[in-house]
Amino acid sequence: MKKVLEVDGLSKIYGKGCSQCAQLTGPDCDTNICPQCGSVVAAHDLSFDLYEGEILGIIGESGSGKSTAVKTLYFDEEPTAGSATFYDGQTKHDLFELNKAQQRHLANHRFGMVYQNPHLGLNFGISAGGNIAERLLMSGERSYSTIRARATALLTRTEVLPERMDELPKNFSGGMQQRVQIAKALAIEPPLLFLDEVTTGLDLSVQASILDLILEIQQELKTSMVVVTHDLGVIRLLAGRTMVMKYGRIIESGLTDQILEDPQHAYTQRLVASSL
Amino acid sequence: MQKPILKLEGFSKHFLLHEQDKVIPSSHGVNLEAYAGKLTALIGPTGAGKSSVLNGVYRTYLPSSGSILYKTKDERCVDLATADEHQILDLRRHEIGFVTQFLRFLPRQATQDVVAQPLCRKGVSYEVALSRSQEMLAAMNIPERLWSVSPATFSGGEKQRVNLARGLIAKPRLLLLDEPTASLDPKTTDAVVELIKDLKAEGSALVAIFHDPSLVERMADDVVALTPPQQIEKKSEKI
Repeated sequence: MKKVLEVDGLSKIYGKGCSQCAQLTGPDCDTNICPQCGSVVAAHDLSFDLYEGEILGIIGESGSGKSTAVKTLYFDEEPTAGSATFYDGQTKHDLFELNKAQQRHLANHRFGMVYQNPHLGLNFGISAGGNIAERLLMSGERSYSTIRARATALLTRTEVLPERMDELPKNFSGGMQQRVQIAKALAIEPPLLFLDEVTTGLDLSVQASILDLILEIQQELKTSMVVVTHDLGVIRLLAGRTMVMKYGRIIESGLTDQILEDPQHAYTQRLVASSL
Repeated sequence: MQKPILKLEGFSKHFLLHEQDKVIPSSHGVNLEAYAGKLTALIGPTGAGKSSVLNGVYRTYLPSSGSILYKTKDERCVDLATADEHQILDLRRHEIGFVTQFLRFLPRQATQDVVAQPLCRKGVSYEVALSRSQEMLAAMNIPERLWSVSPATFSGGEKQRVNLARGLIAKPRLLLLDEPTASLDPKTTDAVVELIKDLKAEGSALVAIFHDPSLVERMADDVVALTPPQQIEKKSEKI
């Protein structure tokens, strides 16, 4: 089996930080704000890996640092410390050592990101089809007819009526916007896809169909995914392995069925016991 | 002499419940061996930790102590108690199957796809997997009209048959069965006994929990009896 991503010691501190940030925050201290300097330790010393075709779940409450983790990997945020290696066929990229242009190139060509908030992932000033075209253009595609055909195929695949591809995203329902976002992320068939709370806030039947779509894509394209959610049901459905985060730390990780059936950490036990 | 493909030594499992400050003991000091072509039956009263043994081997539970040595198809020896998660996932995909007491399935998935899934995961094409799945469902006496609907609305007995069909379809090298025939009628039980015999004849090793002594008699080559653990302990008293 092939490794796609390896993250080592990833940390992100908002604020100036001090030497005691790490010791004075975390689940044992019950806070992620350093009492010495007031900095927010959003993520501290995260290490994990991801294999080809695998879905890794990251679960935790709001503010646990789960989104920060994927945002640094997608270059939305700059990490304070740590390294991440992306294995792309024969080449290996040291993600945080790349310059901005190289990072953008990688994000445009090899990664995909779907945000909870469609406003972050979609350009609301242009049509649904235009959003997909934008991503194809950024990855170097130039032929109008190819782009048009590809956008039609992608929207059909994600069950958005292709007849509506020239409409603005604001005309769409939340679930549809999410589908357009997924279509856009998939446009370049990225080997690595980040999904940040993609079903949060959608109604249940829409959630279900988006989750079905994600599973189908994973089976068809063997895309490796990191799925961030606070919903145990999403984890159970999608992820083979799961990490549990609290106050910026990974407090537990393991096979998803083990995390749900035999949770070790007090917090995970509480989380599992309180889920519906 | 034949060598076991699975060997548990001193396997124990207890649950530490932080919220209640309690340790719930389950399996304790279990020794067990499973051989290719043979069925090892786990017997003992409710609460003796039989299911915990199977869950430990499948790593749905993290073993508290002891070793679970498994010899893979390519003759490597892996301690399932401590093996890397990727390795466990790989073994689940290719070598180790588990039929639990309750059928777990993705919502909205047709029964025939639920059953075909382990074969697809092994890399078999969908068409082949689907036709094998239909054969299995027929063997389990599941009416054909139910094949294309989700098992969500099935009766307990039907779900269990679907679960068995899914567990047996990929012919795992090591199959764990947790009371596979608990809610089946005698006719289906006979069908299951036949399928399990076939699987044994093809060289799979089985570890199974049975409550019915007559089934143990019919199928088991070895029997391991577990005894219930001691009282529930307070975490603080134990240390």
